[in-house]
Amino acid sequence: MAIAVPALVAPGQGERVDWRLAAPLGLVYLGLFAGPLLLLIGISFFEDSELAKPGLASWRRFWGDAFYRGVVVDTLRLGLLTVAATTLLAYPLGLVFCASGPRVQKALIFIILLPLLTSVVIRTFAWIVILAREGVINNTLIALGLTSTPLKLLQTELGLVMALTQIELPLMLLPLLTVMRQIDPNLIDASRALGASRWRTFFRVLLPLSIPGWIAGATLVFASACTAFISQSVIGGASLVYLPALIWQQSMVVYHWPFAAVAAVTLLVSVLAGISLFGALERAARTR
Amino acid sequence: MRMPPQPLTLDGLTHGYGAGLAVDNVTLEVRGGELVALLGPSGCGKTTLLRIIGGFVTQISGSVIIGDRRVDSYPPNQREVGVVFQNYALFPHMTVAENIAYGLAARGVSKALQRERVAEMLATVQMTAFAERKPRQLSGGQQQRVALARALAVRPRILLLDEPFAALDKNLRLDLQIEIKRLQRQFGLTAILVTHDQDEAMSIADKIAVMNKGRIEQLGSPIDIYDDPSTLFVNSFIGSSNLLAGTIERLEAGTFGVRLDNGAFWPVASNRSFARGDAVFASVRPEQLTLATAEAPGRFPVNHALSLPIGGMLLHDVRETNGAKLKVAEPRVPGTSLSMGGAAWCGLAANARPSLFPRP
Ligand SMILES: Nc1ncnc2c1ncn2[C@@H]1O[C@H](COP(=O)(O)OP(=O)(O)O)[C@@H](O)[C@H]1O
Ligand SMILES: [Mg+2]
Repeated sequence: MAIAVPALVAPGQGERVDWRLAAPLGLVYLGLFAGPLLLLIGISFFEDSELAKPGLASWRRFWGDAFYRGVVVDTLRLGLLTVAATTLLAYPLGLVFCASGPRVQKALIFIILLPLLTSVVIRTFAWIVILAREGVINNTLIALGLTSTPLKLLQTELGLVMALTQIELPLMLLPLLTVMRQIDPNLIDASRALGASRWRTFFRVLLPLSIPGWIAGATLVFASACTAFISQSVIGGASLVYLPALIWQQSMVVYHWPFAAVAAVTLLVSVLAGISLFGALERAARTR
Repeated sequence: MRMPPQPLTLDGLTHGYGAGLAVDNVTLEVRGGELVALLGPSGCGKTTLLRIIGGFVTQISGSVIIGDRRVDSYPPNQREVGVVFQNYALFPHMTVAENIAYGLAARGVSKALQRERVAEMLATVQMTAFAERKPRQLSGGQQQRVALARALAVRPRILLLDEPFAALDKNLRLDLQIEIKRLQRQFGLTAILVTHDQDEAMSIADKIAVMNKGRIEQLGSPIDIYDDPSTLFVNSFIGSSNLLAGTIERLEAGTFGVRLDNGAFWPVASNRSFARGDAVFASVRPEQLTLATAEAPGRFPVNHALSLPIGGMLLHDVRETNGAKLKVAEPRVPGTSLSMGGAAWCGLAANARPSLFPRP
């Protein structure tokens, strides 16, 4: 008896990967990720915390309120600022990395990875010590006579971006350096010999060729900065509210699950929108 | 308007990476419009020398003079040097046309003039049909032609080529060698070609500089270098040769009587100086030896192992009585069959001019 088996090799397409290899993980995802996600979306379409009355009231309340819209904007801005700051730090380091010999490169990779060996919680608390009124930064500035009254850094966006930049920097650096080290150094020499300055060489050759690495890094940094619940809460404190804290508060304190679900779906969609923005940037750069 | 060909002078260039010198006190004068090949084994410092001229590495001492300018303090983008790399180094994210326009844009040439020059260069290297392709859609030879067009588009003073044919197969290599020679003539360019392939150097260079361990051992025309190598290293690096040990037995004006260890006596002209009793090597090219069936002065006994037809020549592999191997090349007489094996007498061909070197 013949048994129908999906064709592994489609004519003219070479050998294709057997999708059944992905089945175990696929099923786990289906059960533990896609299922709950559908549940979450479903819950958001109830109006009351007892989940008795279906309707759009939760969505309307969230998007009708300027405060909540502001929380969405702040969250995305935090992600973008962190991406910008990590980019500005990562590129110069990338140039140094590419110009270094193999031994210095190994040392740099180790230094870059080092922070990842410490938990985010510990690193966040370390930043409190650095940013506090009598912390490292303020004491240094006062000792240098650059300011007489301590700057307020804790519970500000600036302090939070500083901390997140340090915490997320490895996520930007690793993909960026991986791509940059694969760029043929002769391309830089070729550009220089053709009369291009260092800056022109950077913008016309190194930057476009490193964009795929930057996209990967920016995606990781953006997603994790937008959702960095611990750092946002500990350094941002009560005065700065971001979507993760809002979700926690609505679900665990107020127990209004439909409203928390609206915030969660909003966070998911906005992070995905941000990420696809980076992808669009790459396509624009490639077709230019 | 075209610049007249620019001379290039290297004056006592020295460079090292940590331990040892990669380039050791190199002095070289290249006349305007000349193509000089830097020939030497891998690791002898050819690329380093080229990178110093291009300004990509800064020498420890010495200077580079292009035309009438001492360029030691110039960054690479101000040296007006065209470079063609072994791996082509085309910008992978740009089309062929954009690659060729790159240097023009960097010099602020107007868009209209860029287009004109790109079209002209594409036609020069016969790549017009490929203007909108990306480098990865081209074969190795096509990529190398684009690299050449890109380097020449900005009208450089000097063209530097670092093993430009090494990654290409043999037929293509010959085509490109002819192409480069043609363009170099057409543009009146002074060019330095780095290679470790002596045939390549012989066929396209006006002069060859043979390098060994960071130094130039000999500079001369391909024919000078082939016929009159100045050191044992140059002798063994260029072409194939047989080394026969011997001793100086007699001195006459400009001619040395050499008693070879195999018993034969050869009078050899040489402009080097030797004293009676000096141990020497006599070096003879395979085509400067002949095989004969009878004994005569200057001949020594050999055993004939085998013969290989190589084009119009027959290459005989023969052994001296002490087992040492020699190569003998003779024109192949059409219609004759190969005689294999057996004893024979080996001697100098008419007009043969062996070289003498001191034997350590
Ligand atoms: N960037 C470098 N760092 C250290 N040593 C190098 C470097 N480049 C070349 N060398 C050394 O310098 C010598 C000459 O190298 P190179 O100029 O590349 O020779 P060639 O091109 O003739 O093969 C070699 O011994 C090589 O190992
Ligand atoms: Mg080399």
